[in-house]
Amino acid sequence: MDDSHVVIIDNKEILIEQEQNLLELVRKAQIDLPTFCYHSELSVYGACRLCMVDVEGMGLVPACSTPPLAGMKVHTNTEETRKMRRIIVELLLANHSQNCPTCQKSTTCQLQTLARRLGITTIRFKNQNRDVPLDCSSPSLVRDQNKCVLCGDCVRICSEVQSVGAIDFAYRGMHTVVTPSFGKDLDKVECVNCGQCARVCPTGALTPKSEVDEVWKALHDPDKTVIAEVAPAVRVAIGEMFGLEPGVTTTGQIVAALKAIGFDKVFDTSFTADLTVLEESTEFIGRIEKNEHIPQFTSCCPAWVKFVEQYYPEFVSHLSSCKSPQQMFGALAKDILTGSLKVKREDMVVVSIMPCTAKKFEAKRDEFTHDGTPDVDHVLTTQELGRMIEEAGLHFKELSPESFHLPFGFKTGAGVIFGNSGGVSEAVLRYVTERLTGERRENYEYKSVRGESGIRETLLNVKGKEFSLAVVSGLGNARTLLEKIKSGESRYDLVEVMACPGGCIGGAGQPISRDPAVKQKRTKGIFENDRMLELHKSQQNPYVIELYKDTLGEIGGHKAHELLHTGYKNRKRMVDGGMTLSGFNGESALEVNVCFGTSCFLRGSQKLFHDILGHIRMNNLDDMVTVSASFCYEKCDKGPTIRIGDTVIEGCTIEAAVEAIERQTGPFKREVTHHA
Amino acid sequence: METLRKFERVCEIVDQNGRNEARLIPILQAIQVEYRYLPEEILTFVATSLGISPARVFGVATFYSLFTLKPKGKHVIRICNGTACHVKQSMDLYDIICTRLNLVAGQDTDPDMLFTVETVNCLGACGLAPAMVINEEVYGQLTPERALALIDDIIRKETGNEPDHYGA
Ligand code: SF4
Ligand code: SF4
Ligand code: FES
Repeated sequence: MDDSHVVIIDNKEILIEQEQNLLELVRKAQIDLPTFCYHSELSVYGACRLCMVDVEGMGLVPACSTPPLAGMKVHTNTEETRKMRRIIVELLLANHSQNCPTCQKSTTCQLQTLARRLGITTIRFKNQNRDVPLDCSSPSLVRDQNKCVLCGDCVRICSEVQSVGAIDFAYRGMHTVVTPSFGKDLDKVECVNCGQCARVCPTGALTPKSEVDEVWKALHDPDKTVIAEVAPAVRVAIGEMFGLEPGVTTTGQIVAALKAIGFDKVFDTSFTADLTVLEESTEFIGRIEKNEHIPQFTSCCPAWVKFVEQYYPEFVSHLSSCKSPQQMFGALAKDILTGSLKVKREDMVVVSIMPCTAKKFEAKRDEFTHDGTPDVDHVLTTQELGRMIEEAGLHFKELSPESFHLPFGFKTGAGVIFGNSGGVSEAVLRYVTERLTGERRENYEYKSVRGESGIRETLLNVKGKEFSLAVVSGLGNARTLLEKIKSGESRYDLVEVMACPGGCIGGAGQPISRDPAVKQKRTKGIFENDRMLELHKSQQNPYVIELYKDTLGEIGGHKAHELLHTGYKNRKRMVDGGMTLSGFNGESALEVNVCFGTSCFLRGSQKLFHDILGHIRMNNLDDMVTVSASFCYEKCDKGPTIRIGDTVIEGCTIEAAVEAIERQTGPFKREVTHHA
Repeated sequence: METLRKFERVCEIVDQNGRNEARLIPILQAIQVEYRYLPEEILTFVATSLGISPARVFGVATFYSLFTLKPKGKHVIRICNGTACHVKQSMDLYDIICTRLNLVAGQDTDPDMLFTVETVNCLGACGLAPAMVINEEVYGQLTPERALALIDDIIRKETGNEPDHYGA
């Protein structure tokens, strides 16, 4: 070995290759040095101090933030380092809720694992835990501050990877907490429910919100017909909870388990993914022909959709109007299955099994609720289904595989690859190329849209026409791409975005793992599923063809639109009121409200606001007008928006504002003069 | 019109600092001078105009004890509870002042927003124990009588009434 690149770790020679810090090198030496605040996907924080090692000549240093230098002699297991780790874990435990057996993270919690690994049987410090109430406001997540170890992993993934920044550290010293702004509930701020924070949280401080109890209740109710739909990514991951390798397909066992648990019918969300392909591709071809709303953005990922609604109102119309496969399934089930199974809408309970926490939020959106009941009643994450299987005492690995029910259980490979980043694009390409060329193609794999990087671009030539595609995962990457589109630096025809790095297989509802190789194995598993199926193109799915023939009519037609499409709108980032800035609170005062939301601000609402004030002052209207500011009118694509009395003016200019003020203060003016 | 003037001032402060995220602390300081605290909507506005998340602004605003997110009274009274002052019964002074201002337990600002009473850990005036600060002024070697007299003066000046009716 070349000595100039070698570090000695516990008497073994380890070669420095790309490792950025000693920690990576120690792990390469197959020593699992414990950490809380180190995450290979995130920046180095160096706060937990668990990774302390002894370097000869340097003493104790944190491995995560020490660069490896050739010739270093590192000891990971000295009396001092061992003592240190124990004290740290004991200190954390002293500050921690002691309800471990009832915690959702029990058995996957890092703190619990470490306490066991380090042989901690007593805690020498007095328990300091304050009983902070849980934040259960979010449809997707539960925050339990009593279990937080302040490692900051969640804060960093939310801002660095997702570019959302919904949560951050606040206060100082022993009062430090991780919280949404102003200590608000999570559902009142800009959180997009992606759950990535819960995926990286080492303890039970952030967890997906469980709907297991509600699902059991429905299963036990003899009046209810309970229907399951299973998302693609679940089948290559749930086995991990039962000792199987990541990526091993267990579709048959999942179906068997769901039937054994008591579901009346078990269907495959990949079926509606096939439908999505046909609808979304047709929409895409239509947009290309009319040259409207290009690039088209996929809309299968509800975290991404909320992200666009909040931050990029000008692109809301670029989102595909297709519902996500989960919601297409819900709509079909409640419209068509109720008829064929002869069940009343209110007696049918649709439960989807998803790798995702944002799907819980999506199912509760107003757009997907009809006659007071949601199209999808409950969303279980992969983890939650695993727990139900455990509770039911089923030996998952030993279950003999069963098959989905028909018709909505039949899918092609195109519907399954939705689970991978790039899958939607590839499935769309499999259809669009055949439709545009009118030819059947042997090859169905489009390797150019596959890969691991968070932004992938590809050019595709179909019948002499060039299409430019981008496949993005991670919302921070999406933001980078959107900014490039806005500035004109890049242009695309179709853009696929999944909020979770790697796509749905890396969803926050999947079994917990700290090993980065797990995602790759699941991705591989999904592609193997595709290869094992007989059909690979959505347009070949005989049950999809039949559904169009019997019920939906044309692709993109009227009935298809009614059931399979929807519309999205801008939304406020923060749920709150505005503030009154001036004037006279008399009841008859004219209210002028200027939007100071991000988009309007950037479009000049501040200048407009000044000009309006100038006008009011000059014309002595102070007593007749109340001026206030609000933080979003949800009309951001057309800002600056202001409301004058009951007229909302979009793209407002000072002239338009003055005109409206004059018009509406007219009667008051007269009244005032009259009294005088 | 007062709120309006203040808001215009906030816009000015943000612009003068080049809408630069790195200038967040001076921006917050200047805003606190205007409002005597940092109102939530204003912090949201600051986040918007600097292009950072409200959670980050909230984090910075709560990290430094010089910032406050609760509205404070016009006169801020800080009574020292450092070791030296504590031994000299400074907490008795605290109780007496709170009683005079009719503040109930857990309340630090009176409903008229004239006074805020706080304790601090050490004013660095241990030689003068027990000590307190009213606004920027330090008063040392206090007796209950002297402390009350200082408060009463302010009450008379502010309200024109006799202090024993304050807040009643
Ligand atoms: S769910 Fe996503 S957006 Fe919400 S706080 Fe967690 S990481 Fe941030
Ligand atoms: S909530 Fe979890 S990830 Fe976030 S700081 Fe606390 S322990 Fe770390
Ligand atoms: S992992 Fe190094 S300090 Fe936390």
